[in-house]
Amino acid sequence: MTRRMVLVIAMLVGLVGCSDSSPDHAGTLAAIRQRGEITWGGDVQGGEPYVYEDPDQPSRIIGFEVDIMDAVARRLGVRARMIQCAWSNLMPSLERGDFDIIANGLEATSERREQLLLSAPYFVYAETLTVRTDSDARSVFDLAGKQVATLNQTYAHDILRMLYGDAVKLYEGNEEPYTDLALGRVDAVLLDNIIADRYGCTPSHPTLKCLPYDVARGSYVIGVRKADPELKQAIDGALAAMRSDGELERILRKAALWDARQVEPPPAEGQAIRPRSVDGEMVLQFFAAAWVTLELSALAFLLAVPVGIALAVARLYGSAPVRHAARLYIELFRGTPVLLQLFVLYYGVASLVNLGPVEAAVLGLGLNYGAYEAEVYRGALLAIPRGQSEAARALGLGPAQTLWHVLLPQGLRLALPPMTNDLVSLLKDSSLVSVITVIELTKRMTIAAVDLRGWLLPGLLCAALYLALSFPLSEIARRLERRLVRDQRPLAL
Amino acid sequence: MISVRSLSKRHGDRAVLVGVTAEVARGETIAIVGPSGGGKSTLLRCLNYLEGFDGGEVEIAGVTLVPGMATAGPVLRRLRARVGMVFQQLNLFPHLTAIDNITLGPRVVRRASHDVALAKARELLAQVGLADRAGAYPHELSGGQQQRIAIARALAQEPEVMLFDEPTSALDPEMRDDVIDVMRGLARNGMTMLVVTHEMQFAHDIASRVWVIDRGTIAEDGPPAQVVDQPRTAVAREFFSRLRRPPP
Repeated sequence: MTRRMVLVIAMLVGLVGCSDSSPDHAGTLAAIRQRGEITWGGDVQGGEPYVYEDPDQPSRIIGFEVDIMDAVARRLGVRARMIQCAWSNLMPSLERGDFDIIANGLEATSERREQLLLSAPYFVYAETLTVRTDSDARSVFDLAGKQVATLNQTYAHDILRMLYGDAVKLYEGNEEPYTDLALGRVDAVLLDNIIADRYGCTPSHPTLKCLPYDVARGSYVIGVRKADPELKQAIDGALAAMRSDGELERILRKAALWDARQVEPPPAEGQAIRPRSVDGEMVLQFFAAAWVTLELSALAFLLAVPVGIALAVARLYGSAPVRHAARLYIELFRGTPVLLQLFVLYYGVASLVNLGPVEAAVLGLGLNYGAYEAEVYRGALLAIPRGQSEAARALGLGPAQTLWHVLLPQGLRLALPPMTNDLVSLLKDSSLVSVITVIELTKRMTIAAVDLRGWLLPGLLCAALYLALSFPLSEIARRLERRLVRDQRPLAL
Repeated sequence: MISVRSLSKRHGDRAVLVGVTAEVARGETIAIVGPSGGGKSTLLRCLNYLEGFDGGEVEIAGVTLVPGMATAGPVLRRLRARVGMVFQQLNLFPHLTAIDNITLGPRVVRRASHDVALAKARELLAQVGLADRAGAYPHELSGGQQQRIAIARALAQEPEVMLFDEPTSALDPEMRDDVIDVMRGLARNGMTMLVVTHEMQFAHDIASRVWVIDRGTIAEDGPPAQVVDQPRTAVAREFFSRLRRPPP
């Protein structure tokens, strides 16, 4: 148990970073000039138009932020190199020294200014509300009791949270909130106009409309470590020069991002929510998330067991087509990522079957784990001595009776230890369902980590709750095993 | 009760049974002996259709068996309700208590009520001398006790014929007598029994007839006094002389 805890902590501390270069804060600007290269962190998952893979040449990263950074670097007399990093980890990775600056839709907010030096704005965006064309909502204040959605950890999230608390539905990708809006799974999406224009109010979503007024304005800035004021100054100088000689306008026009907002007086800094502290409410939220995790895992496993039994029996005793179908199912579900299966179930077939996120999560995890259980049960059934089925047949039991009364009870006993493994593993794999907007324990931890500006405390709380869930499960399994498997003596060696 | 006509069976190129023909009357106890690999167990298992065969015909307890029958179905259900079998490897169901092992067949196959099945099982437990071990699990019982439970389990289906496939071979010598005593009681009460065995005591004292099986056929068939004491064929002479040799 201790070892697992150490592992979890090691992962939390280690994996938030995006590269292993060691931090060297002293004179970053000098170091950049000496290297001839400035590194900046961004996430290609942010997609067009920020930073994305060139459709014509996918090994090349393009986007208006690439152009801006190339121009800034040129004015500093160096080259620019992007370093890929998950967006939500950009700030801790910058602190670790994985790259020199952040330039990826980083919104200027007062709380970010507490942690980072923020450059002058290079782009002014507007928070835009998107609703279905039949909606009569006119502003963010008309959405009480409605399901509002946005991306995790954005300024839009802060705004919505101020208005509607925790009822906000969170997504990780640009496309999915609008897909769900069109499907009626959510009622409104609040996001930057860049995203709303490109993913929401497009010909592919004829039933969506973007409300014309700006819910709020904000600006994208370059984030610099607090220890590097001379670097921030140099970048501000470069940006100011780009603004005055028209290069910034050219770059933004090229990406079709230039609008009147860029020349109006810059917006006031976003008023973000104060960092939270670990309070009773947060602990309650963690417990609620742990309950979601437990509920999902238990229901998914309750589905996986009968699916697994049916598949194992089909593989062992079915006719040739049945055997092959079972084998195909097992290979398909075992051989493809469960993440993908969840996406397909929730988004892919949404036009045919509109599953809720929890239903899709239970179904996806259950069907996936069913494939694993099938092989466990097949192995267990094969491990039963041949004489058992002969004795049953000699008593006159038919095939189904032999299976039900003699083979399955013994097989399930043999399968108990690996089943316990799978259940505990499922408990942790259930964190994958956050991609389909379910807030379970791991997701709660990442949200809390942002709110608290730190990973350690939420990480420990999360680990403790996972342990608190998995340990009793293994204990129940151990007792069940002791009760069911009469003869537990290991074979003598 | 049993009529075997020209029964033959091959494993690939190897003939395991070669035209076995025999008759068994109700109440007879047949000891089946012979060198290992001669086809004794295969013959027994064919009578219960645990193994199929390639030629010939078997009539047993009113059921006719022919080659190529389905391995499940009404004919086999009828057959197995009337023919009980006891295995060398005991094969008790390890997840059930002694009494549940015995009641499983009646409850599931004959759809007997729980009470009726239990009462019958207690009777059988007493008959095999294990009335006090009803709640024991197989691993808590000695081999000899397990085999007696296995006999009781087969008897619970009220068979007309009992097949025993080397019922004492896996047991320690001191356990064998208890099992043989149970079988002796069965023989006395008129059960039709076929017993593959290496127990001379059984072949000599209990069996009404002895078959010596060698290379897939019945080499010698007659009462013990004749087959065991004055064997005619070389294989029987050789077999019994080796069994009689005192342990070194």
